[in-house]
Parts: sequence; C-alpha cells; structure tokens
Amino acid sequence: SLVNCLLQTVMLNFLEGSCLSGLMIHKEQVNLSITNNHGLSLVGEDGTLADTLYKHVRILCWVMTGPNNLEKKARHVKATWSRHCNIVVFISSVDDPDFPTVGLNTKEGRDQLYWKTIRAFHYVMDKHGDEADWFLKADDDTYVIVDNLRWILASHSPEDPVYFGRRFKPYVKQGYMSGGAGYVLSKEALRRFVEGFRTKVCTHTSSVEDLALGQCMEKVGVVAGDSRDTLQRETFHPFVPESHLTGTVSKTFWYWNYCYYPIVQGPQCCSDLAVSFHYVDPSHMYLLEYYTYHLRAFGYKYRYQPPEPNVIQDFNAPDKVETGDIEEKLGVDQQEGEKKSPELNEKL
Amino acid sequence: MMSEGSSFMKGLILGGIFCLVMSFFETFNSGTHSEGHEHLHHHLKPVSKDELQKLSESQMSDWTLQVRVYCLIMVTPKLLVHWATANDTWSKHCDKSVFYTSESSKALEAIDLQEQDEWARLRKAIKHAYENAGDLRWFFVARPTTYAIIENLKYLVLDKDPSQPFYIGHTEKSGELDYVEYDSGIVLSYEAMRRLIEIFKDEDRCPERGHALWKTPEEKQLATCLKYTGVFAENGEDAQGKGLFNKKSVSSLISDSMGQNPADVVEACCSDMAITFGGMSPSQIQVLMYGVYRLRPYGHDFHDSLTFLPPNDSDND
Repeated sequence: SLVNCLLQTVMLNFLEGSCLSGLMIHKEQVNLSITNNHGLSLVGEDGTLADTLYKHVRILCWVMTGPNNLEKKARHVKATWSRHCNIVVFISSVDDPDFPTVGLNTKEGRDQLYWKTIRAFHYVMDKHGDEADWFLKADDDTYVIVDNLRWILASHSPEDPVYFGRRFKPYVKQGYMSGGAGYVLSKEALRRFVEGFRTKVCTHTSSVEDLALGQCMEKVGVVAGDSRDTLQRETFHPFVPESHLTGTVSKTFWYWNYCYYPIVQGPQCCSDLAVSFHYVDPSHMYLLEYYTYHLRAFGYKYRYQPPEPNVIQDFNAPDKVETGDIEEKLGVDQQEGEKKSPELNEKL
Repeated sequence: MMSEGSSFMKGLILGGIFCLVMSFFETFNSGTHSEGHEHLHHHLKPVSKDELQKLSESQMSDWTLQVRVYCLIMVTPKLLVHWATANDTWSKHCDKSVFYTSESSKALEAIDLQEQDEWARLRKAIKHAYENAGDLRWFFVARPTTYAIIENLKYLVLDKDPSQPFYIGHTEKSGELDYVEYDSGIVLSYEAMRRLIEIFKDEDRCPERGHALWKTPEEKQLATCLKYTGVFAENGEDAQGKGLFNKKSVSSLISDSMGQNPADVVEACCSDMAITFGGMSPSQIQVLMYGVYRLRPYGHDFHDSLTFLPPNDSDND
C-alpha cells in the first residue's frame, strides 16, 4: 500500500498530503528536466539525416546519479553525451534545482537502485510521457551515442512492447538487459511497466535493478530485443572500448557466462554504430566525445555502410498529419529549453 | 717597454675590431640570405572547403594521385613493440611505407641501414626514399612511437605543389633556428627532398658526422641543412589555428584540457583533422583506430570532395 500510495501521488501530480509523511510530494514549480531543442551539428557538416531522426525518434534519457557524484561524474555526462538526448533527467536522492537533479525520496546505495529505477520510470512517464517515444536509462559512468540509438530504434515502433540493451541470458527466459550498459524502453513498454506496478504484477522484488526490471518486462509481455547491427555486432557494451577491442576481459569473469549472443573480442566486438560503453570515467567521456563527434579521417570511405532505416521516407513525407503535432510540441519545448538552459541550444 | 706594450694594445684592439667587423658581415650575410628566401608561410593550413567544392572531377583525380605519401618509419629493435604496432596500423594507410632500422630484427621486415648514429641513419633513409620514390611526391618521416592519420596529412598538403619546397610539422624555435619536431612527425615535399640530397654532399654545412663535442639532435641538423637550401620549417595547423601535429597522446591532451578549459574540454583540446599523436600504447592505438576509422554518429555526413579507400590488408579500420 506504500507503493500504491506513491504511485497515486506521482500519477496525479498535484495531490497533496494524503500519503504517509515519509513520502515526498512533487508539487513542481521548478522544471528539473533538461530539454534540448535540436540536434547538435559540427561546422562544415551535413546533419540533416541526424536532425530528421532527432525530430522523429524522440529519446528521453534519465541518468542514475547521486549527490556525491554530481561534480565527480554527472557533470561530465551533462557536458558530453546527454546533450544529444531530446530530454534528459538526472535522477538522484535529492532535488537539486541548480544542476538540476530530481530526488524521488530514496536513499543512496546499491540497495536503492531498483527503487530509484521504479520511481524514475514513473516520474518520466508522468512528466514527459507525451514528449518522447523511447525512454533510456543510463548510469553516470555510461557513455551513450544517442544518434546511433536513434538509428536502431527508427526501425521499430514505440507502440511495440519492446526494450533494447546488452542482452544477458541467465535467470530470465528471454534474457534481460545489462544495467550499466544502459537500456531503452519503448513507450508501450514503459506503459506496461507502470501498469504492472499498479496491478502488482510487478513489485520491488530485489535491488538488482537490471535483473528485477528484466523479470518485470517478461511478466508484462515486453519483448527483449536484439540490438545488434546488420553484421550481428553488439552496440551496447558493458565495458570500455579498450576492453572489448583488445580482448582483455578475463575468461573467468562472469561476462563470459552472461552474454546472450556469442561473444566476439577484437575489432569485430563492436559495431561502428556503437550505442554505449560502461565504466567510463570523466576523462574517458571526453575522449569518446572527441573520437565520436570530432576526430575523423578526411575523405575516408568507411568499410561499414549502414542501411538507412526505411521509415526515413515516412518521416520526410510532407502529408503526414503527425508531423504537425510534433512541430507543435517541438515549438513548446523550444521555449522551455531556451528559458532553462540556453547554453544547450548552441551548436557545437 | 712602453712601445712594446702599446703595440700589443694596438694589435689587440685592431684584432678585436677585425673580429667584430667579420661577425657583423656574417650576420649581415645570413640576414640577407634569409630575407631573400622569405618566410612566406610560417603557418600552413589546409585548403578551404569552398575551394575544394570549386574543383572539377579531373582536378580531383589529379590531386588524389599527386597527394600520395611515402612513409619513412625509423625503427630500432629496442622499439619492437611500437614497430609492430605501426606495422599493423597506420603504416597501411601510406601509399608506400618503408621501415628503416639500425639493425635487423628477425621478427619484422625492414631495410637494415646498419648504422647506429641517428643522423647518419636518417640521411641514408632519405637518400633511399628519394631514389625509390617512383611517382610519389610527399614524404612523411616518423618514429614508430608516433601515430599518424595519413588521410589528414593528405588533406593538409592537398593544394600544395610538391615541386615546391615544403618542410612541415610542429615547429619549435632554437635560437634563430625554426625546426620541425621529430616526435610529432616530419613532412617533406619532393623538392625539399631533392635539395636535401644535394646539400648532403656539402660536408661543411651539412656534415654527416658532427664535428662538435656534443651531439645536435637530428631534427635540428635537418633544419639547419634545409635552411642552407632555402627551405624553412612551417607549422601545420587547421583553419582555426589548432596544431595538427602532436607529440602527446590523446588522453594526455584531454587531461590538459580538463585542467585548462573545464567548460569546453573537447572544443579546446585538439583539432578534428589532427594528423599525429605520440606516446600511445598499442591498446590505446587500437582504440584510436576504432575512433578514427569506424566509430561515428549516424546521420552526420561530410561529403568530402575526395575519397580515400581503406587499405586491403587490415581489419581494425
């Protein structure tokens, strides 16, 4: 009934005082999310395809962090990859209007991870359910290449009950997604997650966030998707690029028994269109940002030529009714974005 | 007594004046010498995107051919790990790469110059490269501890005429001498090489074995010899003035930037079209290969006017 109460509060948003005193009521006057209003492009670059995907594959990123890690870790996420999300929310145990972070009345610690996760998904559903199509969870030491995530997701419908990440095989029949490597839920998957808690099909079963969520997903009929590229190379990675590329993950490590798909080490470990890496420290974040978005070889013809997702043609069709709605919403977001975080509207 | 003393003094004064006059003449001469061959471009930048877009198809293909690079990689068995890494990675992007070693190694192929002295070895390598250049017109000299993105080197020299003398890299100053730092790689055009070969014959201005008690580093000896032929060091930089040749590793440069420009780490750090980095381990280089030649954000395209194909015999790019 505690959980029930919390859920009522979150869903109804402006409900006051009818819960036990331990729960925080979110009567928000301050917007604690960051809305970016367009994609970021480099000077001299043609970013039209990326911009099209930005408009039509809207991703809300929420980042698991805490008060002690804002300066050490979350700050660097904010300075790098999270700028490429449509909306980003930093989830902590306390509200911090300056950073900004959202506190959802949890404590800090590993045993709180699933509570944070449950409440974070309920929070983003409530606050931003209509403004995004896909909902990504990442840690403050995960590096995500959001443009590549859009490439994968563009071939799927947000109305399908599906979620993507680095698929692990133990414990859950269809597998579950690694928490550290980040995972993303479709809108329908998020709906079913929230509904699952309302009907108590899903509960706080354990603090092992990724496994517990995976078990809930299976119960509510959300499919564990295959996030590999067209050459069957993994896109979500549980370690830093060096570990995968140089094959230095020890054979006795848990990793070898966990991966759902065959493990490849060396250059074919990782897609050219990688989506995530984990255990990325701050200087590594900037390194990856430099390698992904800046450093390149002039005129080089990439070996891997990824196919364009078919839906691009749909997105570019001028007579789609939905496009108008999206522009409208974008217009609203633009204003909000400019008020709250003007520096995020700058092009690179 | 007095007359002897005063003669001596007169002699001394005369001698002193004579010396002063001679040294004035010398500086005057070298002054005019350097003024005659003006420092037209101390900073060397790539061709602009606008210029590139104006090119015709045939000019494009002419330039693609002209800009091919001969890499001279100066190795020693002590640097075997770096030698192997260079062999497996960036050297494959050169149109021709030749490893020149001080002594042969069973593990890897190289031209054995059988020469322990570094300057003498460099001279021999340069002579060999010039004689075996075929129709290649650009030369890149590096140690295997340097990592190079050859496509970006080509971009830098794309619109430069190799029948003109060019000597490019990261420039440093030593007194009056501007020289290109060896650790971040040295670029020479065909004409610069030709002049160098000529001046090698001059044992006074460009000796093979130095007469001094101390050893001058090869990079300065090279600069001195080239200066006698009227070729001057130029600093390679991008359109924003950022240096393209680095002797530090990427992570080292990022760390520096985190300290100096915390609000703008990546922007302030390094050029998007960087050519060289140094001091990187083999695993860091694997990550760099992936970062340069593979990892990218979908939907961001550059439509470069020229195309460089991947090499035939590698799997990490």
